This record gives sequence, C-alpha cells and structure tokens, in this order.
Amino acid sequence: MIWNEKIECASRDEMKALQSERLIDTVQRIYHNIPSYRKKMQEVGLVPGDIKSIDDLSKLPFTTKQDLRDNYPFGMFTVPMSEIVRVHASSGTTGKPTVVGYTRKDLNTWAEVVTRTLCMAGVHRNDMVQIAYGYGLFTGGLGMHYGCENLGASVIPISGGNTQKQLQLMQDFGTSVIACTPSYSLFLAEAMEEAGIKKEDLNLRVGIFGAEPWTEEMRREIESKLGLKAIDIYGLSEVIGPGVSCECEHQRGMHINEDHFVPEIIHPETLEPMPDGEVGELVFTTVTKEGIPIIRYRTRDLTRLIYEPCACGRTLVRMEKCKGRSDDMLIIRGVNVFPSQIESVLLDMSETEPHYLLIVEREGNLDSLKLMVEVQEQFFSDEVKQLEVLRKKITHNIQSTLGISVNVKLVEPKTIERTAGKAKRVIDNRKL
Amino acid sequence: MIIKQLSVFLENKSGRLNEVSQLLGDAGINLSALSVADTSEFGILRLIVSEPDKAYQVLKAADFSVKLTDVVCLNSPNVPGALAKALNILSSEEVFIEYLYAFSMDKQSANIVLKPDDIQKCIQVLQKHQLELVKASDLYKI
Repeated sequence: MIWNEKIECASRDEMKALQSERLIDTVQRIYHNIPSYRKKMQEVGLVPGDIKSIDDLSKLPFTTKQDLRDNYPFGMFTVPMSEIVRVHASSGTTGKPTVVGYTRKDLNTWAEVVTRTLCMAGVHRNDMVQIAYGYGLFTGGLGMHYGCENLGASVIPISGGNTQKQLQLMQDFGTSVIACTPSYSLFLAEAMEEAGIKKEDLNLRVGIFGAEPWTEEMRREIESKLGLKAIDIYGLSEVIGPGVSCECEHQRGMHINEDHFVPEIIHPETLEPMPDGEVGELVFTTVTKEGIPIIRYRTRDLTRLIYEPCACGRTLVRMEKCKGRSDDMLIIRGVNVFPSQIESVLLDMSETEPHYLLIVEREGNLDSLKLMVEVQEQFFSDEVKQLEVLRKKITHNIQSTLGISVNVKLVEPKTIERTAGKAKRVIDNRKL
Repeated sequence: MIIKQLSVFLENKSGRLNEVSQLLGDAGINLSALSVADTSEFGILRLIVSEPDKAYQVLKAADFSVKLTDVVCLNSPNVPGALAKALNILSSEEVFIEYLYAFSMDKQSANIVLKPDDIQKCIQVLQKHQLELVKASDLYKI
C-alpha cells in the first residue's frame, strides 16, 4: 500500500513546485533566525529573495556537522524553546553531540515519513512490530515507534539489547516485523540457533534494518536465516532520524521522502553538483522542518540518485545503498567513530603525535576494533608492568570516549606503514 | 656505580633480536650482558654494552624505541646462598627490586644486575653492608 499516493506518486513538476515553495519559506526562516547561516549567505552575496525555486538550491552555502557543533546545543534552532517538544542527539562521540529539536509539527512530519517508509517495506496495521533500536537520545527507537503507531500497527517497544527477551517475545507475541541494525539481526539469528529456535517457529515477515552500512551478501544471509524480507532504511538525526528514505518491496534503491528532504549529489572535493545518476556525496535540505531546518547538509555518505519511476508506482527519487563515506568516519556497532577521536585520546596521554593504525574486522557478525599503537619513546618504559599499564590505560580511555571496546596492541616504531609521509590510519576489513 | 643499561622495545616476532645484535655488532659494540623480558605480545630487551651512548644512537637511528636505564651491578661470591643474602639485606632495608638478571664469569664470582625502585638508597644499603658493586667502566669492558 502507498500511504500518501498524492505525494509519493506526484509528477516531477508537481514535486518541484512543492519543493520550491517550501524552500523559499525555509530560506527566509533560516536567514532571519540563524546568524551563522545568514553570515554564510552574506559572504556569497545572497539574500533570501535570490532563491526563487528549487533550481536555485545549489547557490546556497552548505551546512556541516561542525556548524552544529559550533552552535551547540540549541544555536541552530529557528523557533523559541517553548515551541520545541523534544530533543534528540546524535551518537557522535567527540566532545559534544549534535543536538536536534522538534516542534509538534516536526514530530507529526516524522511520524508521517516513517509511516510511508513502513508501507514501502510492506508493513500494515495488522503487524506486530518489535522495535529493537535503542530508545532514548538516539533517534532510531522513538522515530520508528511513532511511525508504527501512526500506521496503526502494534508496537513492542523493547529497545536494543537483551537478546533472550527479544527471542522470547518474538515467539510469544508472534512478532511479524523486526526493526534493528542489520548486524544485530544476524546476532539474533545466531542466538536463535543456539537456543534451538527455527525460523519456522517464528512469524517474522519483514525486517527493517538501518543505522549502519550493510551489503547485499548480508541481506541474503539475513533473509535466509530469519525467513523475512530485509528492507534497508536510511536516516540521520540532522535531517530528521529514520524515515528519510527506505526501500520498497522491489529492493532497488531507497525512496526519499523528497517533499520534506530534498537530495542533491555533489562532488566531495569541488563541491559542484554532479550530473544525474553519478556517484557523489549526498546532501540534504529540509524544506518543512521548524525546529532545526537545515540547508544543504553534507551527509558524507557516497551514493547516487535514480530518478526513473519505480515498479512500485512511486515517483519519489531513489538513492542507492551508500557506497562509502567522503570522510573517514567509521560506523562500528552502530557507533560513529572518527580516527581523530582515537588520535586525541592518544595525544592526551603523550603530548606528541602518536602513530597508530585502526583495524576494523567483522568477526562472526559483530564488528571488532583493533588498535595498533607505536611505542614511541614517550610511551616506552623499561618495565613490563608499566607497558601493561599503558596498554590498559589506552584501552580504557578509548572505551570511555567512544563507548566501544578496543583491542590495543603495542608495536615498534615505524612499523605502521606511512604513505607519502602520512600514516594510513584505518584499515577496514569488513568489505562493506 | 650507576650503570647505564640499554632497554629496547621489541615486538614478539621473528628476526627482531637478530637485527638489534647485528646493528650493534656492525657498530663495533660489544655485549656484556643481556636479558629479555617478554609477554605474549611484546618484549623488552635489556643490554649492558661497551658503549651505551653510542649503542643508544645506533638503535635510535634505526627507529627502535630505546632508552637508557640506570641499574646497579652487584658482584657476589659464586657460592650457594650468596644471592639470598644480598636480597635479604635489600628487602630488610626496604629496597624493592623491579627486575634483575645475573651471570657468572668464573667460579669465584657472579654479577647480578639490579633495577631497584630507588637507586641511591640501594647503593647506600649495599655499601653499608660491604657488598661489592661493580664499576660501570669495568662492566662495560667485559
């Protein structure tokens, strides 16, 4: 079923007219309420009146995660706090999280777009939906929750973790839809096997998986082990949370709710718009959000857009599964990790430039992180116990900064390969 | 009385010890004593050499993590109970040993290299009890 046929099947002209009208209004609101963005516009000699349609979008300056950090916590909100009914914060772990705020209308918009994505995934009001995304500051749990309620499905708000309970409720309640990260779904499959639960014993029909990158191979594995259709959903808190885009039953790219979130593809270095159909960095402009509207937000995700209408009947533009990142961010067990965070932990401990290498592997179905640190003179002690203390301290400091465990190995100086004088910081062996 | 010991960080992988000994050999540096402390992942090579400062430079130039550590060397009679006697004295005077290694050159005496927690106190205690300390210059010559 198509939840909002008028929008989801609109012609390109109708969609552009709607986007244009909404963009003009958004630019006005941001220009008059956000000094930092007004300054950016003034620097390139733009006034709101210069933006007459969606075709003018590429004239506008970009917004980055750094802008949100610089305006921490509420500096990018365009309404008084009395209008804000909820805040969320990203899992970003360097210093300050990025904070987003929602008005009542924003929450309704969010529920609407999530409801559309659920319908794309083939979920209906008779389904029992087990939401195993974390509830809390992370947008995953609550975002899915209100979309499901809006659709009229039955929600099991179990949140993340507690695998035994997840399995018990799946059996006892007859869960037909599971929403979680793809890696957790495989973890559940493993736990089922250990507990002797067969997929035939369960009632699973659809899985809605997001918040981390995954491959077609993983999709096949998940589908065969859990006996469901595995649907990819995309979102980020800076744009709204889950529900920015989602696959339909044809699983050929994710339909973007582009009447709210207008996508562009730019070249990650020249920042120029890319021709239709080419791979580049995905950029979003929110055109209806009130709490924290955002213009040309650089997601750093690399993908391409598909404008051909889909077999499902929707005309909403589709984005392919993300092919990587234009920065060095890694998503490990659903947590965003930048190598610079590791570097600052090491810097705090030594005051000189550390040499290190991060190695990410997928062991079984869980990501593991290994950190090799060169024992430069500032780290070197003549005593074994001091080196063991050093290793434990690095492990502990990284765990408390990133919230994920890491296996630290001390290595000799200059053993980490340097390319053109610059050390390679990350090896990702997960083949995503 | 204070001896400069060379400490080198080594990963537990084959060929590392060869490389250190080759580098020092090529530089004309003789080894007086050697010990390795190892864990499952790394080791610390400790060396007494003929020219500690030069050895330090040679290994540093070859990108090893290396440092000079102050140790003392006790010359003890090569008879049963001699080590126990020296250690009893140190422990009763509350000098703690981080690590030690020993080697004997002949039937008369043995050398015990000690890394105490407090090197000045250790020297005082040993001298007070008339235990013989090896001079750095003598040890480097072995």
